[in-house]
Amino acid sequence: MEHQSESTDRPVGRVRFMDLQRVNLDGFAVEDVELGLVALHSPHDPEPEVTITDGRVVSLDGVDEAAFDAIDAYIARHGIDVDVAEEAMALDTLTWASHLVTPQFSRAEVVRLAAGATPAKLAQVLAILTPGELVMAMTKMRSRRTPSNQAHVTNRLDDPLLLASDAATAAAFGFREIETTVPVLADAPSNALACLIGAAAGSPGVLMQCSVEEALELQLGMRGLTSYAETISLYGTEQVFVDGDDTPWSKAFLTSAYASRGMKMRVSSGGGAEALMAGAERRSMLYLEARCVALARAIGAQGVQNGGIDAASVAGSVPRGVRSLMAENVMVMMRNLESCSGNDALMSESDMRRTSRTLPIVLAGSDFSFSGFGFIQRYDNMFGPSNFNAEDIDDFLIMQRDWGVDGGLRTVPPATIAAVRRQAAEATRAVYGHLGLADFTEEQVELAVDAAGSKDIGPTDTLAVLSAARAISETGINVLDVIGALDECGFSVESERIMAMARARLSGDYLQTAAIFDENMAVLSMVTDPNDYSGPGTGYVPTAERQQEIDAVRQARSVDDLRAEQAIHASSLLGALGSATPGTDPRDVVIGLSPAVGRDIWRTLSGQLVVDVVGELLAGLEEEGCVGRLVRFNHTVDLGQIGLAAARLAGSGIGIGLQGKGTALIHRRDLAPLANLELYSTAPVVTPELYRLLGANAGRHAKGMTPDPARNPYTDEAIEARYHTKVIALVALERLRVDGSGPEALSMEGIR
Amino acid sequence: MSEPLVARSGRPADELTVDAVRAGLLEINDLRIHPDVLCRQAEVAESLGNPQLGENFRRAAEMTQLDDDEVLSLYEALRPHRSTPDELLGLATSLAERGLPRCARLFEEAAEVYERRGLSA
Repeated sequence: MEHQSESTDRPVGRVRFMDLQRVNLDGFAVEDVELGLVALHSPHDPEPEVTITDGRVVSLDGVDEAAFDAIDAYIARHGIDVDVAEEAMALDTLTWASHLVTPQFSRAEVVRLAAGATPAKLAQVLAILTPGELVMAMTKMRSRRTPSNQAHVTNRLDDPLLLASDAATAAAFGFREIETTVPVLADAPSNALACLIGAAAGSPGVLMQCSVEEALELQLGMRGLTSYAETISLYGTEQVFVDGDDTPWSKAFLTSAYASRGMKMRVSSGGGAEALMAGAERRSMLYLEARCVALARAIGAQGVQNGGIDAASVAGSVPRGVRSLMAENVMVMMRNLESCSGNDALMSESDMRRTSRTLPIVLAGSDFSFSGFGFIQRYDNMFGPSNFNAEDIDDFLIMQRDWGVDGGLRTVPPATIAAVRRQAAEATRAVYGHLGLADFTEEQVELAVDAAGSKDIGPTDTLAVLSAARAISETGINVLDVIGALDECGFSVESERIMAMARARLSGDYLQTAAIFDENMAVLSMVTDPNDYSGPGTGYVPTAERQQEIDAVRQARSVDDLRAEQAIHASSLLGALGSATPGTDPRDVVIGLSPAVGRDIWRTLSGQLVVDVVGELLAGLEEEGCVGRLVRFNHTVDLGQIGLAAARLAGSGIGIGLQGKGTALIHRRDLAPLANLELYSTAPVVTPELYRLLGANAGRHAKGMTPDPARNPYTDEAIEARYHTKVIALVALERLRVDGSGPEALSMEGIR
Repeated sequence: MSEPLVARSGRPADELTVDAVRAGLLEINDLRIHPDVLCRQAEVAESLGNPQLGENFRRAAEMTQLDDDEVLSLYEALRPHRSTPDELLGLATSLAERGLPRCARLFEEAAEVYERRGLSA
């Protein structure tokens, strides 16, 4: 049978509804090899190949030495271990891939082999790993055992007090690297200074970078205002590389320049960048990135920021592009380098899709799961919004807890957040004043401390920021001046922390692969904290203390917390009057209450007081000419049993059951316990009007009528997720009051 | 016993204190890493399967003797279309003569590849 397609222009409602969903704001590209819009493999990617003559690479991935471009030439000379190349290239792709995911095949052995593999070889291997295998490979292959995280801290105004407050907060949350940048290039020295002070107010040992033009960034580092760099960009084709105003040799020199000043650095690349600049030369994103990663290793960088980066949404627009981004990170790890794993550009308007992109990396654990978690609100991120932002901090903390993984962050108590923000803002005000850079007011400090973003701080004198930045440059202010100013102004903790970072430059330990400082200034790197994953029960496991940090989100509630919340609403109403007796009046309806009502439970899940709910039920009964009375049952927590027992006491044979949490039903004395006449099961959304209707309907049943049953109110919210914890705690409170004693009549005095 | 850590200036690391800053005893050069330390870090990197990182540290050890401005100007000279092959070779010679052979090799290689790939000035 053939289905005629509908000829109307207007899609049916189901399609119109689908079109409205946010994911459809994203752009999706048909694969196009000519434009390089292809993720894992292009037919124009070369076949892996290497030829070695007299210890020299004379042919690389099908290109002869004479035709090497600048990238080929650098990799061929410096990036291939000629002693293992033959062995590495002879291994077939499946064996290679299997080595990556088999726990018993050691990381060190993969690293040894990968040193002899060409870019095309590694691209081919990673292209066949499934997502689950990529998670396994990342778990095993990352350099540092302890996972970590990096934050973006910027704002639209380059406001120093706000930068400092946010840097301090990010440090307190556990970020071990903070990256700032500028909307106005000339402000860079001021931003670096403010973040340096702020980070020190939040925690010892936070690495700081200011991402600006290459030469200026190096200068800031030389003066000790920053401690690492990562925006040293590599590209996978010669043309795009040179368009970026560098060559592999200039980047190699720059890499050593940072090390020569004791500063950590990593390079930056990422799939899709070449396609974005119309220079992909018909190659797949993964293959071009494989060239970048091979080059990163060849020039001697200790690590790579990749996984799309600025072009993440380009990769995300093509089939398997998101998978390719994770494959890039794993490739960095295979090359024995630090992975700073992207997730730093908002790649979708869809919350589900951007979570889907990031989650596998957080689950596997990376040296840095984000190369910039946007710690500020989206509008303040001068890199552009990150894939996760200030809006998502709690989501991330709870995802860590859900999966029991360490994403590097912790919950910080609100009072601590306030304290570190104040400390940071006041220290920054003091240093800017002491060094004659700018005069900030107490009111500006207050605004920065309280602000959730730059829209909350009122107008900033942006010229004052610019002039402060200029003064820092012109007077050559360096880290020693900052330490001295902090000390003079009484900020000894901050001056000591910055001094410790400056001193750490001398040992060079944090130049090693994947180095961070922990909060005791110990270096964690591939040297001191190597990833030793070799199967279940090995590798990184959070300490008990760290696990407690991950688990203890501030939203978690215990039964004791709930009991205290309930106690706030306790009153002298609903007093016990003695044993309840059976009624005889045909208008008598018993409202049966659960054991903790009038003792521990005073407020229902909807926020209404139990006495108000009872008042509505009584009023409904009265509307129908019936008389209600209150009886507490102490033998069960089951609402069906309570309702049935109430009905059996009632002269009318009709009872209402009400649990303290607000669940209510109408019961009749001849029904089975689990049967009932009407039920409100969605306590959090039952309104006073609905309780009154239930009372009235109970009255109608008492009179032998057949009322239209009350319906449960509808909600599309995650009502169960929101209330289940409370429900369990409230029912626990009810159960603690179950003692098998008989029903008690309760006072109706003061109700309504 | 490892040797006590010193800055390139010769100042011992344990003299880098806030007290010393307050007393005006320190200057920015006291925060510069010593070339011997970079060479030791190079050995560590090489022992952990990353000879390229080791080479970077050894090149960096050479570069500790350059002042900041010279580092920046040498970087500039290596950027595309800035230098002729002869200029690059001249810099290579001078670097080699001053005891920076690894840096010199970078400039020699660059001279050759830039010319072949049209990246010279």
